[in-house]
Amino acid sequence: MNTAQSKTIRIVNDLGLHARSAAKLAKLAAQAGGGVWIMKNGSTADATSMLDILTLACPKGTEITVSVDDEADLDILEHIAALVRSGFGE
Amino acid sequence: MENQDHQEIILRGIGGSPGICIGKAYLVDKEGVDVVKKYYIRKESRPAEVGRFKTAVKKAREALRRIIENTPEEFRQHAQILETHMLLLEDKMLYDRTIEVIEKERVNAEWALKKVVALVKPMFENMSDDYLKQRAEDITHVSDRIMENLVGADQVNIARIDKRVILVARDLSPAETSQIQLERIKGFVTNRGGRASHTGIIARTLEIPAVLGVGNATLTIKNDDIIIVDGEAGIVVVNPTEQTLLETEERREHYEIQKALMARKSHLPARTRDGVRISVMGNIELPEEVVSVLDHGGDGIGLYRTEFQYLSRPDFPGEEMLFENYKDVLDVMGKHPVTIRTLDINGDKAVNYIRDNHELNPALGLRAIRYCLQKPEIFKTQLRAILRAAAFGNVRILIPMISGIEEVEQAIDLLDEAARCLEKQGVPHNREVPVGIMIEVPSAVVTADILAEKVDFFSIGTNDLIQYTLAIDRGNRHVAHLHQPLHPAILRMIKRTCDVGREKGIKTYMCGEMAGEPLFAPLLLGLGVDELSMNPQAIPMVKNAIRSINTEDLGDFMDAVMRLTTASEVQVLVERHFGAVVSKIEPEQQEQ
Repeated sequence: MNTAQSKTIRIVNDLGLHARSAAKLAKLAAQAGGGVWIMKNGSTADATSMLDILTLACPKGTEITVSVDDEADLDILEHIAALVRSGFGE
Repeated sequence: MENQDHQEIILRGIGGSPGICIGKAYLVDKEGVDVVKKYYIRKESRPAEVGRFKTAVKKAREALRRIIENTPEEFRQHAQILETHMLLLEDKMLYDRTIEVIEKERVNAEWALKKVVALVKPMFENMSDDYLKQRAEDITHVSDRIMENLVGADQVNIARIDKRVILVARDLSPAETSQIQLERIKGFVTNRGGRASHTGIIARTLEIPAVLGVGNATLTIKNDDIIIVDGEAGIVVVNPTEQTLLETEERREHYEIQKALMARKSHLPARTRDGVRISVMGNIELPEEVVSVLDHGGDGIGLYRTEFQYLSRPDFPGEEMLFENYKDVLDVMGKHPVTIRTLDINGDKAVNYIRDNHELNPALGLRAIRYCLQKPEIFKTQLRAILRAAAFGNVRILIPMISGIEEVEQAIDLLDEAARCLEKQGVPHNREVPVGIMIEVPSAVVTADILAEKVDFFSIGTNDLIQYTLAIDRGNRHVAHLHQPLHPAILRMIKRTCDVGREKGIKTYMCGEMAGEPLFAPLLLGLGVDELSMNPQAIPMVKNAIRSINTEDLGDFMDAVMRLTTASEVQVLVERHFGAVVSKIEPEQQEQ
C-alpha cells in the first residue's frame, strides 16, 4: 500500500459509521476516478458502497485507513479524512 | 374466494392490544414475490435485461420519494429509514452486483437480484452488532420493492384500502404503517413481532385489537376470509362457525358495554366493599402512554419502563434528554406517584450499541442492576436525570433484578453520589424520593427481611418471578404451559414478600401481568399486596373487580387457597369464589 495515498483516521462521532455517515462517505468516494478503499483490522471495504462500509462495523473510536488507487484522487482522500474528523457534521 | 372446507381454525399468538373484532381479512403480503423464477437469457438480450432491472430500481426510487414527500411531520423518524432505503437502492453491493450477475451468468434480473440479496443479507444477519443486524431488514425491504416492480405483481397498496378490514401481514414495516389510514383498520394480525413491536405500540395507542407473533397467519388466512381477532386471549379464529360468530358478537358487545360502563366509573377511586382503598396504577413504556393511564382512571404510574429511550438509537441518551422525558411524564401526572424503574436492559431488549452482550443465557446474565453497577457512569446519568425530574413531581425510584443486599447498597451509594454532585453544581433536584426494589428473583424473596431494612417499598414483578421460580422460559413453547401464576410456589413467594413488608413497615406493590387480571384481584389482596399496576386498558376492569370484594371475607378463602397443592386447584377455587367478578363482563361464560 502506498502510504502517500492513504490516511489513517479515527472515527470520532458518537454514532460511529452508521447508515447515514456511511452514506455521506460513499457519496464523496463515488466522485473519485479510481478505487477508494477503507481498511480496518485487515478487512477492506469499497468506500463507494454504503453497505460494504457498514459490514466493517466501525463504532466510535475505531481506526480506519482510507486509501485511493489513483493519485488524481488525493484531494478526495483529503475530503474524506476531513469529513471523518469532523464527525460527519453530526 | 371462499375456503371450500370452511373449517374453523384457531391460531394462537401474542395478545398485542386488547379488544375483540370480527371482520374480513386483508392480506398485505406480496403474494407471488416469494416465488422467483430462474431463466437464461440470450447474449444479445443482456442490455435489455439490465435495462429492465434499472427501470425497476428507478420506479422503486420514485415510489419511495413519493412516500417520503407524503409522510406527515409526526412520522419523520420513519422517513429517515426510507431515505436510507433510497440510498440502498443504488448501492454498489446490490445494484452493480446484480447487473454483473445478469451479464456474467446470463440470467433474468429477478434471479440475479435474488442471488445477490442472498449473498449480501447474511453478511449483516451474522454480524454481532444489533444495529447492523437490523440493516438486513432494510435490504429485504429494498429488494422487495425492486422485485415487485420486476415481477409486476400488483402491489397491495395499503393507502388505498377503502373498507373496514383486519390487516393480516407477515410484519408491518414503518413505511407500511405510515401509509395505512388507520381509521379503516379494525384489527391487526401479524406473523412476527411482539408487544413491543412497532405494530403493537400503534395498535395499543389507537386501541385497535391486535394478535401478533402468530407465526403462520399469512399462510392460513386467505384474503376476504372472515376472522375473529381476540386481542385479550391472543387468539385468531379463521372461518368461525355460526355458533362461534354469535358467541363472539355477544362477547364483543358485552366487552364494549362493560368497558364503557366501567370507564365511566374508573375515575373514581377503587374501594373494596368494606372501604379499603386500593391504588390501581398503570404501566407505561413511552411518555405518550401517560394519557392512556389517566383516561383509564389510573391513580398513578406503578411502572415506568425506561428502556425505550435507550433502544432504537445508536448511542446512549444524554442526561438532558432523559430528564425531559421524565419531566414530561411528571408534568402530566401532577401529584400522582410516578414509579421510574431504572434501566433494565436484558436479552430480549438488547441495546444496539452494547457490543459485549453476547450471552448464552441472557435472562441469567448481565442485565438490569448488574449491568448498571458495572457501568456506573451510564447508571449515574440516569439517576441524575431522575433526581432532577423529582423536583417537579411525585417520583419513586424502582431498581430491577435485585438478588442481594450488596446491589441495593451500591445502587443507593451511587444515588447519593449523584445527588451530592447535583448539590455541588447547584442543579435543582430532590433526593427525598422513596427507593424501592423489584422482587423478581427468588433470592430477593428469601432475603426480603434483609432487603427491607434498606428500601422504602417492594414491587413484585410477576413475569420474571414466575420464570425464575419455576425455571420456565415463557418463550419456549415446549414449556410455556408450565408458566403458572397460580402455582403454590408463586403464591407463597408473594405472601412471604407481603408478610415481610408488613412486618418491616413497608408497602408491597405488584406490577407484573398478574396484577392486570381482574379474577386474581381478590387473591392478590388476600395475599397482602397493597397496590396493583398494569397495562392502562386493564385498569377499569381491575377497579371494577376490587369494588366487588369484601376484604373481611378473604380470610377463610385464603386459608383454603394456601392449603391447595396445584395451580389448577387454585384456579378452580378462585373461579368458583370470584368468577362473578369476571362474569359481570362475560355472563355467558358462567358455568354451573
